[in-house]
Amino acid sequence: MSYTAPKETYSGKIFEVTIGTERPVTFGGENVLPFHGFEGSIPHRPVIAYEIQDVPPDDWPETVKAVYNGVANDPVSWARFCEEKLNAKAIALRLIGTHPDRENRSSEEARKVVLEVLSAIKVPLIILGSNHVEKDSEVLVACAEAAKDKNCIIGKAQEGNYKTITAAAMAHNHKLIAMSELDINLSKQLNILITQMGFPKERLITDPMCSALGYGIEYTYSVMERIRLAALAQNDQVMQPPILGDVGTYVWKVKETQASEEEVPQWGSLKERSIAWEAVTAVAMLIAGAELLIMRHPEAVKAVERFIDELMQ
Amino acid sequence: MALTGVEIFKLLPKTNCKKCGHPTCLAFAMKLAQRQASLDQCPDVSEEAKRILSEASAPPIRPVTFGVGDRVLKMGEEIVLFRHEKKFVNPTVFAVEIKDTDPEERINNTINDVLTSEIDRVGQKLRIDAIFINNSSGDPQRFEALVKTVSSKAPEVPLILGTTNPQSAEVALKIVADKRPILYGANKDNLEAMATIAKTYKVPLGVTGNGLEEISGLTEKIKAMGVEDMIIESSARSARQIIENNTLIRRSALKKNFKPLGYPVINLCQREDELLEALIGALGVMKYASIVVLSSAEKWKNLALFTLRQNIYTDPQVPMQVEQKIYKIGEPRPDSPLLITTNFSLTYFIVSGEIENSKVPSRLAVMDCEGLSVLTAWAAGKFTAAKIAQFIKDSGVENEISHRELIIPGYVAILSGAIEEKLPGWKVTVGPREANGIPAFLRQRMG
Repeated sequence: MSYTAPKETYSGKIFEVTIGTERPVTFGGENVLPFHGFEGSIPHRPVIAYEIQDVPPDDWPETVKAVYNGVANDPVSWARFCEEKLNAKAIALRLIGTHPDRENRSSEEARKVVLEVLSAIKVPLIILGSNHVEKDSEVLVACAEAAKDKNCIIGKAQEGNYKTITAAAMAHNHKLIAMSELDINLSKQLNILITQMGFPKERLITDPMCSALGYGIEYTYSVMERIRLAALAQNDQVMQPPILGDVGTYVWKVKETQASEEEVPQWGSLKERSIAWEAVTAVAMLIAGAELLIMRHPEAVKAVERFIDELMQ
Repeated sequence: MALTGVEIFKLLPKTNCKKCGHPTCLAFAMKLAQRQASLDQCPDVSEEAKRILSEASAPPIRPVTFGVGDRVLKMGEEIVLFRHEKKFVNPTVFAVEIKDTDPEERINNTINDVLTSEIDRVGQKLRIDAIFINNSSGDPQRFEALVKTVSSKAPEVPLILGTTNPQSAEVALKIVADKRPILYGANKDNLEAMATIAKTYKVPLGVTGNGLEEISGLTEKIKAMGVEDMIIESSARSARQIIENNTLIRRSALKKNFKPLGYPVINLCQREDELLEALIGALGVMKYASIVVLSSAEKWKNLALFTLRQNIYTDPQVPMQVEQKIYKIGEPRPDSPLLITTNFSLTYFIVSGEIENSKVPSRLAVMDCEGLSVLTAWAAGKFTAAKIAQFIKDSGVENEISHRELIIPGYVAILSGAIEEKLPGWKVTVGPREANGIPAFLRQRMG
């Protein structure tokens, strides 16, 4: 029996998104399922952004906090460290300190941090709120304005606040993350609502909500796969923006990244385990369809970059 | 690819003799197509028709097992490319490699690591499933010695005998054939000898080829020699080759019903760098490997891979559930808070994670609601005041705690009065609607 490889081509294509100005990066643009370079074109590799915060990472587990000892007290030195020492291709600034249950910082303070970080780095900036629906719409509007024309990503717009955040991202020439909760239909609906406001779908990034390995990752995995199939096989343009995997924030709160080996001997070394937890979660998101990842531990990032090298050979 | 009723009809005697119990051959053919009848019911069917029909009704990826007893491992039988379509069937087997050139200490340590690799996670026992014994030296005596060592120290662990030397294969199988190991190492050069040995000892044969074209030719030849159970290895080593070859193999089998590639796939994922190895192994789990071979059984790496496999191989149509019980988070004292939620695994993970984040030691009562989330369970009448009250009484938690206060999810605030009625002496407090409000809620209570 002679063999013909059953290669598949698709009518759809993922939008190519470029962020930043001085040292821009581009992701997306492929017309095949993740890393299926044998049957189509993948012009860009996925991008990994390093996560930093507007406040010190007191709530991060020791393994990852230790990496940023001495720099993380100040978002500017933290951002510079990521860019200069870790060769970050992009930085994601999470304004967690604005959350009303946390430091409850004002949008004016957040705006100041954004301006300082922007002037300290050359790589693109992703500006994230604290995931508080009301507060985010205030904070992110101020920050989008402050970062005008810097071609940042603003996020996350959700069902409850997308109008104000979308308007701000549109007015100040940014890209926008649209986040919904683990449901392809909700994800599609939010993308439609946002584009109906006049926001170009080519500037959107879809976040179907990440989860950590062992904590519902199979839901995220399948939602991402289905979004990709809709984008490529059904040529559904609303599902063609690149996908974000917001990995670090979900991974570094689960027990596997915190419990010591003394506490749970059968789980092995905490350091290696927690780094593996972030790297394996990231890899699952990539294989499911993510083009943009936000991560925390440099060793996990390096391993995932090596893995991407192998996939893109 | 199943045949249609008409296609089957063409293969039948067309005598309408009714001996099968059906009025006509066509009616019988239709029943066969729907798998409501068996071909044995026709006494006059030709051998040729039997062969064609049994091949057409065989699963597109052949089921292959190895190991014996409780530890038997099943592979193959997969029917989809994407897990949202239908459950992935037989979870990836993790095998750890031991080489006959390894120093004795390393050999013993690795065997020990495999034997102690079992972890309990969400009610499932997960472990390194098999040992891949590699005849790296090429020498039959050294291989024989290692096979003896492994099979005496780990008598129940299923084995993969990795050798391309037929002499090594023979000596090893004389010792362990009754454990039904995989003989891994047929290639284009030793094919006949290895197939003969596999047939003699009735063990599955691993077949290595350089690319899919070569593999297809080899499996056809081996099948013609009478060996049916095979696993295939396409010489894919890099992540890119693994995703390409594994995808094309799965597609060929499922979409083209291409039998020469309709076998379980083994990927060799060993790397110097353990973390990269974990990632390559993860790729195998997600992208269709039936066996992933690793270089070691490090506990941290095992945990990550076991967990991923468990997640990827869950049934997407059945909500994952956790056991109904009172979970202790941190080290709760008698006066620590008691919260309640449902047993949908995602709900449990998120709620328990946020309680952990709060750093307030607590008890979490997880109630069996058939894997539904809080609102759905409430709407379905499974998370009601009466059932909650009954569960709290039956759980025995009253003996563990010094207070009588139950914190319920904000979404079911409406239940608070009714629960208090059904649980005399208890106070019901309404907690936050979303789990991410729990840390602030619990910390605030601590003052």
